[in-house]
Amino acid sequence: MTSSSNLESTKLEVKSLNLYYGEKRALNNVSMVIPEKKVTAFIGPSGCGKSTLLRCFNRMNDLVDGCRIEGEILLDGSNIYDKKVDVAELRRQVGMVFQKPNPFPKTIYENVAYGLRLQGVKSKRVLDEVVEKSLKGAALWEEVKDRLHDNAFGLSGGQQQRLVIARAIAIEPEVILLDEPASALDPISTLKIEELINELKHQYTIVIVTHNMQQAARVSDYTAFMYMGDLIEHDLTDKLFTNPGKKQTEDYITGRYG
Amino acid sequence: MVMDITSHTHHISQQYNIELEAIRTHLSEMGGMAQRQVNDAIQALIDADVERAEQVVRADSSVNSMEMSIDEECVRILARRQPAASDLRLVIAVTKAITDLERVGDEAAKIARLAILQNQDGLAPRGYIEVRHIGELVSRMLQDALDAFARMDAELAVAVVHADRTVDMEYGTAMRELMTFMMEDPRSISRVLNIMWCLRALERIGDHSRNLAQYVIYLVNGHDVRHSSLDAIEESVHPKG
Repeated sequence: MTSSSNLESTKLEVKSLNLYYGEKRALNNVSMVIPEKKVTAFIGPSGCGKSTLLRCFNRMNDLVDGCRIEGEILLDGSNIYDKKVDVAELRRQVGMVFQKPNPFPKTIYENVAYGLRLQGVKSKRVLDEVVEKSLKGAALWEEVKDRLHDNAFGLSGGQQQRLVIARAIAIEPEVILLDEPASALDPISTLKIEELINELKHQYTIVIVTHNMQQAARVSDYTAFMYMGDLIEHDLTDKLFTNPGKKQTEDYITGRYG
Repeated sequence: MVMDITSHTHHISQQYNIELEAIRTHLSEMGGMAQRQVNDAIQALIDADVERAEQVVRADSSVNSMEMSIDEECVRILARRQPAASDLRLVIAVTKAITDLERVGDEAAKIARLAILQNQDGLAPRGYIEVRHIGELVSRMLQDALDAFARMDAELAVAVVHADRTVDMEYGTAMRELMTFMMEDPRSISRVLNIMWCLRALERIGDHSRNLAQYVIYLVNGHDVRHSSLDAIEESVHPKG
């Protein structure tokens, strides 16, 4: 395990990050490294700051009134909070999938092609290729290839979630942020999403927030446990779930009251 | 390094507390049963008490069935609770420990059967001093290993691993001594061989007790110290710097 970790390169680096919602401090001096092409899971009780931290990676918090950030987040070594950064371009590099699937009220095809059309791609051949490749990448192609021009709302919740992932990977991001991607899905759809995460990590760096600890244990290479805005422990998932270093982590993952 | 023994009772789920507590209690009961079997077998041999030896042979099946029922409890917890961290280590340590205890029971039954055999000859006992001496050492080891488990006491577990060294040395000495008996008096060979088998069984019980102690260390600090040197085991319990 240690030998492989030596080979990993850093994709994202959080440096002394503080985040305030108005007066309230939601993240306390968080520093961590997210390795490239690995799955990193954030776990912790509600309100611990895990989703807040995730949203920092593509500056979703910019949209929140009264949100203020100190510190840095480096993507491939450059600070994403630098004034020069084009936020639209950042969000192309760092895609995001939410808890509830949010397809657009369009056809399956148009959902996936949306980002490319926005970028001005008009060639039907290019669009067809990307739609097929993305749907295959999201393990949805076989299920929808004969009804690409049906409305996306006709898909099941699990299929919609995979469609949204297809839409995210169509624009070739480098990092995919998943905020509770399976919590609204049934167990089988959940397993399909988890299987997909396993596939996607060969190409993308993945950060996932989940309430389901077994899910974190199943899909991630690294797990970070957060509590009340603090990063308590961040380690290999294998280590964290068998022999955590901190009592707070232990109490949380074993379902004890601290 | 001692773990909080009440830590398994702090879950939000009361039922989970009860289940984990149950496997700990049942392990202690099974350990107590195995220990009684060992002590009774040694005593039966020394006192030439056939009735007691037969009892030990019969009671072995109870030890076996306890192994199976605790095993089932552990499987159920794994399936239903997906334990993590120290809970996971507890369940894994218990499943391993009961396998060793079951073998301890087998070794005790072996000694009891040899006691019955020995009694049929009715000659003056030779080598019983060794049996008593090593028997006491091993019985103590087993007791300490079980206590270490019940108290989650890694210090005591390390002491048990140390004691296994002593038992192995005493066993070697006893073997050499018994060989001289056989050379002096070839008529005693079959009897002395029986005693050797008993000592061998005791030495194996010592090994199983050492295994139990190693599971305690795993349970307490997460280090798998099987096949580790004594120094490495000490280091895992008392990290330097």
